[in-house]
Formats: sequence, structure tokens, C-alpha cells
Amino acid sequence: MADIETPPLMPQRTLGNKTTAPTPVDPARQPWVEKYRPKTIDDVASQDHTVAVLRKTLGSTNLPHMLFYGPPGTGKTSTILALARQLFGYVVDVWIWQAPGKVFTKDILAIFPSPDLFRARVLELNASDERGISVVREKIKTFARETPRHMKGPSSDGKVYPQPPYKLIILDEADSMTQDAQSALRRIMETYSKITRFCLVCNYVTRIIEPLASRCSKFRFKSLDPSSTRARIQMIAEAENVQMDDEVVPLILELSGGDMRKAITFMQTGQRLHSAQTPPTPITADSIHEIAGVVPGRIVNDLLRAVGIDVSSGLVDNLKGKDGFKMVSETVTMINRQGYSAGQVLQQVSVNLHDAFIPLDGIPSLPKSLASMAMAEADYALCAGADEELQLLEVALRVQAALQRVV
Amino acid sequence: MSLWVDKTRIMCVLRELYGPGVEKLKIDQRVFITPSKRKLDVNVVQSNYHIELTPSDVGQYDRVVIQDILKEIAQTQQVDLNAKQKFKVVIINEADQLSRDAQAALRRTMEKYMNNMRIILCANTTSKIIAPIRSRTLLVRVAAPNPEEMTKVLQFVAKKERISLPMETAESIVEEAKGNMRKAILVLEALRMQSPDMSSNIEIAKPDWETYCGKIADLIVQEQSPKRLLEIRGKIYELLSHCIPPTIILKTITESLLTKVDNEIKPQIIHWAAHYELRMQQGAKKIYHLEAYFAKLMTIIKAFSLMGLADFDF
Repeated sequence: MADIETPPLMPQRTLGNKTTAPTPVDPARQPWVEKYRPKTIDDVASQDHTVAVLRKTLGSTNLPHMLFYGPPGTGKTSTILALARQLFGYVVDVWIWQAPGKVFTKDILAIFPSPDLFRARVLELNASDERGISVVREKIKTFARETPRHMKGPSSDGKVYPQPPYKLIILDEADSMTQDAQSALRRIMETYSKITRFCLVCNYVTRIIEPLASRCSKFRFKSLDPSSTRARIQMIAEAENVQMDDEVVPLILELSGGDMRKAITFMQTGQRLHSAQTPPTPITADSIHEIAGVVPGRIVNDLLRAVGIDVSSGLVDNLKGKDGFKMVSETVTMINRQGYSAGQVLQQVSVNLHDAFIPLDGIPSLPKSLASMAMAEADYALCAGADEELQLLEVALRVQAALQRVV
Repeated sequence: MSLWVDKTRIMCVLRELYGPGVEKLKIDQRVFITPSKRKLDVNVVQSNYHIELTPSDVGQYDRVVIQDILKEIAQTQQVDLNAKQKFKVVIINEADQLSRDAQAALRRTMEKYMNNMRIILCANTTSKIIAPIRSRTLLVRVAAPNPEEMTKVLQFVAKKERISLPMETAESIVEEAKGNMRKAILVLEALRMQSPDMSSNIEIAKPDWETYCGKIADLIVQEQSPKRLLEIRGKIYELLSHCIPPTIILKTITESLLTKVDNEIKPQIIHWAAHYELRMQQGAKKIYHLEAYFAKLMTIIKAFSLMGLADFDF
């Protein structure tokens, strides 16, 4: 597992003329997500295929242009940072790129004549940096065409790194780059490919324009499997001395849905909450539920009952003598007042509905399809920014109407 | 870094973190410059320890504001040596109104600068916050107070102010406020101005625009004709020019309409309300969709009253 003894230093130093010395950070206050970021690519959990390929490139120190894609929290950024670290030497964190209009690499080397190549060789840009077409034309191009400097001797931590003769530009969250900016990258990638490699990191590969994608070797990061998430969670829990109830770890795994960052954030938040109590108590499942924003089963059941599903038997209620509309609208108002998000309610209801409703043979396919359609449309509407209360009311009424076709 | 809904609680947390120093606020106007050299003025409220802003005010340029302000805060360390915490707090209001670009700009910065800065996002709903941000924050759900809690608070205020508040009046105030504590207390104050003795049979005055929306609903139910639609258009313009948000107009009219029509067509009304509300969010001119909705409502009501048609086929 990762060597966690070395407390990482403060990542931020300002570029330009003024610099501040890095101050050690109190490790207790650091987010665990950063503290336990993999230090080498072998520490990256669960992405065996990708890691195997990258290890080969590390051995031959030849790197293609790369495109990493996959859902959040699966280790894309971690992998490329770890790889860069293994190629160019131990470094605290990536330099912050700022001070528009300044070409900074030379300044830095003048100020910090350290043998660590990372700073001179890696440029990381993410969505928080301006990345319009002008930035691609000026900043990225300037960096890309500089001849990489070679350094002799071991790095500041005493190890010898491969130091391949090219620079690395990491474009994190590349799917939020504009089309124009992406097109401007095309030729740059080819022209300077001898001395510069690009790594694009994104969630949605479809948002990267085809000509860019075809210049890169693609790596898909799949959702983490529960066993490796569990191993990592338990490792951190041990290192941080976290006390948890038995059912907490499985719950965290279930709620995080393969997102490592989410899982670790849940645990750290729970830990903060419970260690603040006197005396400190172990983390309970209830507090994890609340942290994750999960709607309690009771409320989901209320809604299901209102649309006409008997939760205990899984049968459809014919709602005779009941005011179906009133039941639904009251429940929805209640949910809204409690502050639960309609998206979350919808997600949980659809899971329960599938369990309660889809497997029943007695119900024809038509109502099943109608109910599914109603939920899909409401989900789309919510993503497009529609009003939560109206959408929830609408989906509940449509499911109710669909179910009433059965009885 | 957390996702909150409640101002009062945020200020309480800040006071807890830094002491009374956070209450020395100053209001500042900051100028941001977009890549296309447009100048944006944004009002910010700040103390030595925190800064509060509403980036969604500048519409599609909110990303510029987020990028600039976060970088600026993140790269300066806390200068006050007596400060209790090393980090500064950035409060972002109406975070659910932020554009996707602006939210994407938050992602990595939030993690990177956690030592110098913590972010509190204040939002009405988490649905419109992108997943990567949700996975980086602690969600704090703030539920509306339930009727008992609200009655208790009202009684407490009444006692402090030395007013006698009969139980029935308190209950009707609570019902009118619909879970909004601020509104309940304001209504109480207004009532005290109206009738100092707080007798139990006083009418709680609704806000003007709500009464107005009720009138529009009446107009729709009474007559369904192009002439009536034209009349309604005038009233809607009136409401819009008083800065009532179109979604609120649509929901209030629908709500008051639902009390006036037959049960059979209620689901249908909700369906079209949801339909046109979505259209309104996607389109540019709100009034078109509001009008289309009212025309649709008239069709439904007319069809039902003439032929008893309540065919609800999706």
C-alpha cells in the first residue's frame, strides 16, 4: 500500500516574483482524499488493465498521448499524477499555473534550482483555469514547444527517475473545454509530439471531439469493484484509527456506488462528526445515511403507498374510496418541506418500484412501461432544470394512473 | 466544504469558527473582466475571515467570477495571526443556479486549496449540482420546521414582545406560512400593527400577488375564450413586471386552480403544468409558455365541462 509516513507539503506556492516557502500542513486537517492519493500507479485500485499498460510505458519510458475517461472517483487524476511523479521525480504537488502572460518555467528554475524535473516538465490545467482558444494558442503552445531540459544526478529525495526527454501536459476535466479550444489543440499535439505528450482526463468521452480522441490511446476507467474499495477504506480506517459499527463499511460501499472519493469523504465526515462528541463514539449507519443525503425508507414507502403500491405485500391497491390526488399531493408537499432532493427520491423510488412492481407477472407490460417512461421523462426534466415539486407530483400521478389500469 | 440551505445556520457556524469578528461586514463591489473584455460588477459581502457572493447574478459569466475569486482567496494565506482558523470561508449563494462550466471550475480547485479555503454552497436543491461536486461536499439538509416547532417559535416571540397570541391565530399563521419561518414572523409582526389585541377572528392578509394569482385562476375557471386569454395576458405581464418569478406564478395559479376544479382533471392539470414549466426553463421567453399553459388549461376545462371528457392518455 501507499507509503503514508511522509506528510505531504502544502501544495500552493505562488509563481512570479514572490514566493513563499512551503509550510507543512497539519495532517489531521488534510482531506483524506488528498492524503491517501496513490503515490505510484501500482497503488491505483482496481484498474488492472490500465495499470498494466502504463507500467509497460514506464519501463520503456515511452508514452503515447493519452485519453483517460470514466465515472468520477475512479482514479483518473490520481493515475496520471502518480505516473508523472514516477517519471519525473518526487514532488509535493503539481505547480499551480497562473499569472497570465508569463512564461514561467525559466523563472522557476532560476528560483528553485532543485533537480526535481516535475515542475519544469509537467503542466496541469483543469477547468478552474481559463482554457479558451487563446490559452491553447498561447500558453499551451509556448509550453509545448520548449525544449525539455535535462537534469543530471538524483532527485531531491535521493532516487533516480527515468526522466524521459519529453514534457507532459495534463488537461484535467477536458470535457469542459470548448470545441474551438479542442480543435486548436489538434495540430499542436502533432507538431510537438517529439517533445511533449498530452494526457486528457474527462468523464464523458463523447464530449471530446473525434480528431482529438483519435490521436490518443484511450484508457477506460471502470467503476471500482467493492472489494478494492473495501480494502482501501479499511486501510485508511486503520491508519486514521476510525471506529465504526459493523454495518457501516458495507453501507459506505453501497452508497458510494464505486466512487472512491465519495466513499472516503463519507468516512471522513462521519469521523469528524463522531469524534467531536464527548466521549467519541463509533460511526453509526444512521449518520452515514444522513451524510449521503439518502431519503429514509419510511418516506419512500409513504410515496409508494400514495401511488397505490402496498409496500408490505407488493400488490397494487385499487384506491377505492380514497382521494388519490390528495394523497399524492400531500405526500409530495411533505417531502418537499423536508428538503429532500426530488432526484434522490426519484432514484430510490425507481429502485423500489422495480423490486415491487416489475417482477409481478400479474401486471401487463403496458402499465410497467408507462411507469418507467414517466420516471425517465421526469429525470430528464429535472436535469434540464424543471421545478422539483411539480415534477415529483407529475411522476407520482402518472405512475398512479398507470397502475390503475391494472385493477 | 458543504452544501447548505440556511443563512442563519451558516452565520452561526462562522461565529463558532472565528468568534464575533465575522460580524464586522463590509459590502464591496468587485469588477471582473471576461475573456471578451466585458466588465462584470459583482457585489460581495466580506469580513476578515469570509467572503460571500452570488455568482449566478452575472448569468453565463459566472464561471469567470468563480475562477477569479477562488484563485485569489486560495493563494493568500490568513494574515491575521490571532485568527482561530487558518482557512478562509467562501460562501456561494444560489449554487444551484450556477452554470455547468462554473461548477466544473469549482471541482479541482476545491480539493487543491482545501488548506487555505473552505467553501459553503448554499442551494435550494441538490439536483442541479453536478455529481463531482456533490461527492466532494458534505451535504447538510435543512428541513422546513414542522407546524409544532413553528407554533413554539411564534409563542416565544409573542412572549418576548409581550403580545398575547391565541392558539388559533398562531395556527392560522403557521398554515399560511407553509413552512417558512421568516414569513410566519413577518405575518405576526404585521398582525400586531393591524390589530394590537390579536383577537382570534382576524383575517391574515395574503401578499398582493398571491391574491392576484387567485383572481387569474378564477378568470380561467369562469370563462374559456380568446378574449379571456387576452385579458389574462395583461395580468401576467403585470405580475412579471413586478418581478414575480414565472415559475412561482405558474405554481401559485395552478395551486389555486386545483381547489376549484373537479378531481377528474387534476392529474391532467399537473401534467401540463410540469410540461410547460420545463418548456419555460428551456426556452427564452417565459410569457409564451405561460400563455400556452393557460390556453391548454382552458381547453381542458372546456372539454370537461361540455362533454365530461377527462381522457388522460399520455
